[in-house]
Amino acid sequence: MPKAKVNGVEVEFEPGMTVLQVAELAGEEIPRFCYHERLSIAGNCRMCLVEVKPGPPKPQASCALPAAENQEIFTNSPMVKKAREGVMEFLLINHPLDCPICDQGGECDLQDQAMGYGRDETRFDDNKRAVEEKFMGPLIKTVMTRCIQCTRCVRFVTEVAGVPEIGMTGRGEDAEITTYLEGAVNSELSGNVIDLCPVGALTSKPYAFNARPWELKKTETIDVMDALGSAIRIDARGAEVMRVLPRINEEVNEEWISDKTRYACDGLMRQRLDQPYVRTGGKLQPATWAGAFDAVIKKLKSAKADRVGVIAGDLQDAESMKAALDLFGSMGVTSLDCRQDGAALDPKAGRTSYLFNSSIAGIDEADHIVLIGVNPRHAAPVLNARIRRAVMQGNCKVSVIGEQADLTYAYDYLGAGPETLTRFAAKPPKGAVKPMLIVGAETVARVDGAAVLALVAKAAKAMGAIKDGWNGFNILHTAASRVGGLDMGFVPGEGGLTASQMVQKGALDVLVLMGADEIDLSASDAFVIYMGTHGDAGAHRADVILPAAAYSEKTGLYVNTEGRVQMASRAVFPKGDAKEDWAILRALSERLGKTLPYDSLNLLRAKLFADHPTFGQIDYVAMGAALDLTIVGTAGDLSDAVFAGPAHDFYLTNPIARASVTMAECSATAKAARVKPVAAE
Amino acid sequence: MVGILEDKDRIFTNLYGFQDWGLEGAKKRGAWNATPDMLAQGRDWVINQIKNSGLRGRGGAGFGTGLKWSFMPKEVKDRPHYLVVNADESEPGTCKDREIMRHDPHLLIEGCLIASFAMQANACYIYIRGEYVREREVLEAAVKQAYEAKLIGKNNVHGWDFDLYIHHGGGAYICGEETALLESLEGKKGQPRLKPPFPAGAGLYGCPTTVNNVESIAVVGTILRRGADWFAGFGRPNNTGTKLMCVSGHVERPCNIEESMSIPLRQLLEDHCGGIRGGWGNLKAIIPGGSSVAMIPAEQCETALMDFDSLRELRSGLGTAAVIVMDKSTDLVKAIARLAYFYKHESCGQCTPCREGTGWMWRVMERMATGEAEMKEIDLLLDVASQVEGHTICALGDAAAWPIQGLFRHFRPEVEDRITRYRVGRPHVQGVTLTAAE
Repeated sequence: MPKAKVNGVEVEFEPGMTVLQVAELAGEEIPRFCYHERLSIAGNCRMCLVEVKPGPPKPQASCALPAAENQEIFTNSPMVKKAREGVMEFLLINHPLDCPICDQGGECDLQDQAMGYGRDETRFDDNKRAVEEKFMGPLIKTVMTRCIQCTRCVRFVTEVAGVPEIGMTGRGEDAEITTYLEGAVNSELSGNVIDLCPVGALTSKPYAFNARPWELKKTETIDVMDALGSAIRIDARGAEVMRVLPRINEEVNEEWISDKTRYACDGLMRQRLDQPYVRTGGKLQPATWAGAFDAVIKKLKSAKADRVGVIAGDLQDAESMKAALDLFGSMGVTSLDCRQDGAALDPKAGRTSYLFNSSIAGIDEADHIVLIGVNPRHAAPVLNARIRRAVMQGNCKVSVIGEQADLTYAYDYLGAGPETLTRFAAKPPKGAVKPMLIVGAETVARVDGAAVLALVAKAAKAMGAIKDGWNGFNILHTAASRVGGLDMGFVPGEGGLTASQMVQKGALDVLVLMGADEIDLSASDAFVIYMGTHGDAGAHRADVILPAAAYSEKTGLYVNTEGRVQMASRAVFPKGDAKEDWAILRALSERLGKTLPYDSLNLLRAKLFADHPTFGQIDYVAMGAALDLTIVGTAGDLSDAVFAGPAHDFYLTNPIARASVTMAECSATAKAARVKPVAAE
Repeated sequence: MVGILEDKDRIFTNLYGFQDWGLEGAKKRGAWNATPDMLAQGRDWVINQIKNSGLRGRGGAGFGTGLKWSFMPKEVKDRPHYLVVNADESEPGTCKDREIMRHDPHLLIEGCLIASFAMQANACYIYIRGEYVREREVLEAAVKQAYEAKLIGKNNVHGWDFDLYIHHGGGAYICGEETALLESLEGKKGQPRLKPPFPAGAGLYGCPTTVNNVESIAVVGTILRRGADWFAGFGRPNNTGTKLMCVSGHVERPCNIEESMSIPLRQLLEDHCGGIRGGWGNLKAIIPGGSSVAMIPAEQCETALMDFDSLRELRSGLGTAAVIVMDKSTDLVKAIARLAYFYKHESCGQCTPCREGTGWMWRVMERMATGEAEMKEIDLLLDVASQVEGHTICALGDAAAWPIQGLFRHFRPEVEDRITRYRVGRPHVQGVTLTAAE
């Protein structure tokens, strides 16, 4: 490996590294504004200037300069210090210096670096430049006077999000960052520009003037808004979740999160169920836990086991599902289902039959991705950005069967429905070394889901998608709880009913909903026990409400779409009288006389790990695990209906998002953007 | 005889447009003569001839043209090679390329063919300044003539498939910077790129590209016809050849003239321009190479030679050899303030020092011009200029700083005097006595 000297200390570096990276290897911190590891190099802020020998007798932008063998790099010479102080002075002359009223205060790169390189007084006596605010949609608040034109936001939306809607207009000191025709940024990843902005020009609109970073308690946890399990940090003040920020997890979300992950958090304070309710006289009346349990026990004890059903919703943690499985299993209940959407996924076909087997990071290696009835831009925006990058790097092509949506990259459109899939499966293209077939959860949930699945399996086999070390058969789930539920067998047992059968008229006497709000309950005449967090569809229909904890309020395990078990942590306590889900079930079991054999969450987890060992492998993904494609799905009649995109709104997929004001605004903005005439009209 | 260069040694024999610019006229003057023979000598011969001639880029930076050509990959691999001709002549004071394009376009076209052949480029783009509308029309007509005569194009008489495209720019000064020009040519916003990679490695559309000034390319045919030694015979070593010089300002007859390099500045002005308005003694200062270089005072003009090295020793530069003459009636501070405004206006806004610094410098210069500025602001201004110089992506930052530095290097007392005089009778205006004493 080549060697270079940084301030006289010799370091080895990998060929192709920049001077900035080499200096960081040597432990020298280089100040920067425009440079970002995951964006292209702009080299325009000039803050990272260093002195390099051999080289011209002037400072060089280290972010853009390739390091060379035997180079001498100086990061703290007088020339470097003078140059950086000069750049800092230029950045500050037109910056408003309104830190006391700026939301970036306390976590601002400009503020931090001004401590190191700023002068103690200004030498600029003229008027400062003022820039008009720009409208960038309901999420991004702009104070463009603070902008230092680093163009990180421009590069992010162009390169990562794939919607080139932010750009720089004008030139010289009149240059301004703006969106195209000052419209909202039409991207599900738009919120990330707020994190990228090194100053307070782009800040979070819903969070504006709400808190200071040093007041917040930071909890590192896992997101449940989609099935990726993105790494997030929840910042809370007191009982309130103030904001959600991404953490770095190279394997899953790198350092991006979707707008739903980031902004649905205000839904955690609205429409919350904070005490038990019992329906008396046709109306839900507040009750005590004891009173609610009495109503539940009366019903459960009088009902026969085959007249009781349990449906687990999309945001359930694994522990609560395990507790429900144990409790109702001991009562002889077999009608248990974690697939409220009716997905034709069966754990009997093996774990790999319902996972995203290639793994999310595997997208980087794929050379042909076939999207079957899935819009990854809505199902998992962060994953879509990864597919986009693979396409942009030129090693991967994408084919689509299903909705012809704008995915932010070019693809080969094959057709809309099962007919195309049949043709495709009969004669799939060959030649790809690492092909990936991605099936959407909503497509597997069709009435002919099993038949579709069988066709996809056939196509996968014909394409050679499964080979040594590579498994290209992928289900892209949208529910955070789904894989966990399937892993523990939270599906109907012998003689049990599926979720859709349970909600039929006269099917059951007692229906237990664990946060299941996305299933049509209009036909059901059962006694409904709703255990959940929000006053959503399930709670409206409920006869007894047992208030539970949202994902931010409990520690729990979630299994993401690729089968990665991750642990979420508690950021705040459950609201009001609400309890953690497993504790409710544990208490209920005692009252029912069928006490669950665990007194703590740790003991529950121990039992979970013992019964289902995959849960014990935290943060582990078995890449390229074997899969018998012949038993995936069941061949059968296909409907003529095309693979439509999900009927629901991207911003309103779960009870938390539906309770969020911000998400409602986003939904309305996106709707308006869809019908708006194009600019030229 | 007037000047140094004899008429027989002029390359641009129709500089003033007295003759036919068209193909017939150009052929009479020697263009397109023996071009196939030159190409037959091979590309190494062409590049060596240009290297031996000592031709240095005529766009301002003065980089060896032959050396630049030799940076191109030796063999064409998966990416095509391109030649791009920089006809975005926007440097204040400079008006040489337009004369070539409208009066001797065939020399340029021939040069494009030869240079493209030498660098194995089958396509060449001429990026022409937005304001040059008539020049573009003539050039387009000349290109059409060359196509029709099968001098260029597919299957032309020279046996080197070659297409020539003319691109009309939008009129931004920054697009004269070679990488900003490439960006603009690609249809993007004209902002300079980071170097490395240099255009010879990844230029237009990421392909190996050489960007040359119009004059550098237009002289190539004649150099090869008459030999490298002929061209190298003019001027001092390392500063060889003939050069178009544009003299404007306070001379009796402002003009464009092709002269030998290293001609004494005084001889240039007196032989060709009828001397300084009001006599040599009336001269105050000269900007010798277009607005981007520092001015030199009258006493230095006595001995200065019009070449790269002589002017560099005077801490100025040959630039584009656009001589801007200012006699004693000139308000130098106001003149430089106007130039500062030009650079503030033309800064692309990409990198910090130039974006913020040019505006700052202009505002201070405006106050200097009236005398409102404080005495301490002179050092502040020079400090700001030094913070811009050498810290930017492209050379526009340097170009904005140099004229100001040049002014204060030679005429600082004049500015100080103005600041002091402004305060006479204005006791409420601060900032002269305090700092002047320091």
